[in-house]
Amino acid sequence: MTEVKFKTAHDLPPCSISVTNELTKTGNWRNAKPVFHKEKCIQCGICWKVCPNACIILGEYPEWNMDYCKGCGVCAEECPKDAIEMEDERVMI
Amino acid sequence: MSTVKVITGNHAASFGARDCRAEVIAAYPITPQTQVVELLSEFCADGVLKAKFIKVESEHSAMAACIGASAAGARAYTATSAHGLALMHEMLHWAANARHPVVMANINRAMGPPWSIWTDQNDSLAQRDTGWLQFYCESNQEVYDTTMIVFKVCEQVLLPGMLVLDAYILSHTYEPVEMPDQELIDEFLPPFDPPYRMDLDDPHAFGALCTPEWYMELRYLIQEAHEKALVTAREVEKEFTKTFGRSYGVVEFYRCEDAEEVIMIAGSTASTAKDAVDIMRKQGRKIGLARIKLFRPFPNEEIRELASKVNKLIVIDRNISFGNQGIFFNEIKACLCNEKNRPPVYGFIAGLGGRDMKIEDITGIVEQADTCDIEEILWWGVKL
Repeated sequence: MTEVKFKTAHDLPPCSISVTNELTKTGNWRNAKPVFHKEKCIQCGICWKVCPNACIILGEYPEWNMDYCKGCGVCAEECPKDAIEMEDERVMI
Repeated sequence: MSTVKVITGNHAASFGARDCRAEVIAAYPITPQTQVVELLSEFCADGVLKAKFIKVESEHSAMAACIGASAAGARAYTATSAHGLALMHEMLHWAANARHPVVMANINRAMGPPWSIWTDQNDSLAQRDTGWLQFYCESNQEVYDTTMIVFKVCEQVLLPGMLVLDAYILSHTYEPVEMPDQELIDEFLPPFDPPYRMDLDDPHAFGALCTPEWYMELRYLIQEAHEKALVTAREVEKEFTKTFGRSYGVVEFYRCEDAEEVIMIAGSTASTAKDAVDIMRKQGRKIGLARIKLFRPFPNEEIRELASKVNKLIVIDRNISFGNQGIFFNEIKACLCNEKNRPPVYGFIAGLGGRDMKIEDITGIVEQADTCDIEEILWWGVKL
């Protein structure tokens, strides 16, 4: 993420908006990611329809925009052919 | 060619929004404001006004929709009254703090219970600290004209603004209103072009979290914008006069040149008070009237200059801050408290809940101020 340094109030934008557009990329909140098994996919489009973040791009097969996927797993849960599997991304310290 | 229509104060607000080319209107009906949005929805349906009219389920949502529209770069307009304004409260802070110049007409109506639909100023004055500009109008013509002024000032300083008019006395009373050429209005008020807006090609997070490290600085910028708004309001007023020939002033002075005592008031009661001033002048009193049009930002300089030249100020408040005093009374005293030569300031509470304010009420108040104890909270006309 770009680091922005301010010195005084007048360096700020007048409204509380993010000064970089990196902040809108919320995919780093995720703690699981979808893994797609193309051979099981029947191209029904249900995953695209149910994604609450609208981050699935539907071409011939679904693709995930990982800048916005929160790893909620709704696509995996709703897939009638178990073509989507959630993989734990949590880092144990 | 300008046109003259005989219309209500509510419709003066609607025509004002139409001629300012509002682009998004979101509103919820409430007495006595209903006609404002009724006519605007007609304008939208008939294609007279190319605006998106958003029907919402509450005033809170109405303001939220206006904030979203303004964030996207649209000129947003709404109107409400009393309980509707109170329900908007959270969103009023949001509009100002996010620096969206939404413009709203508020028809001053007394707060319940007991239910009342008549005028007093407690609804709008209770929103004093939300960061909104507040302009109090005296006539339907002024309601129409001030819509242009509020949009212009607000869009320059990126703050929302409230246009305030009295229930029934203005909102439902017909007066002739002159509407200038659209070309002239467009020249006076160019399209809204905010420096920041929601843009798909350059996405940003709006209204995001801000730690204590910078929150205070953002608040400082709002205060600075209010100070700028005062200067801008004076300039825009001058430009308005130059373009359209009418003038009001952030404070309007009526027969104050040689006045020894001055009545201070806001809203339509000022009209009645002007007649009262004329009558008292004929009787030999050197009296004048100062009508406070701009309440936020507060016109301190104008009031200090006036106070330095008179022997007495009489403030009539159609409102009360319970547990203390009239709100204009408090504000005027606060503005004068560090002045070396300041006149005594008398405060009267009058006309709450739409009780009529007649000429004899104004002259009666002035006479009572001759003999009353300045420390008293003076309730005019209350049955005791």
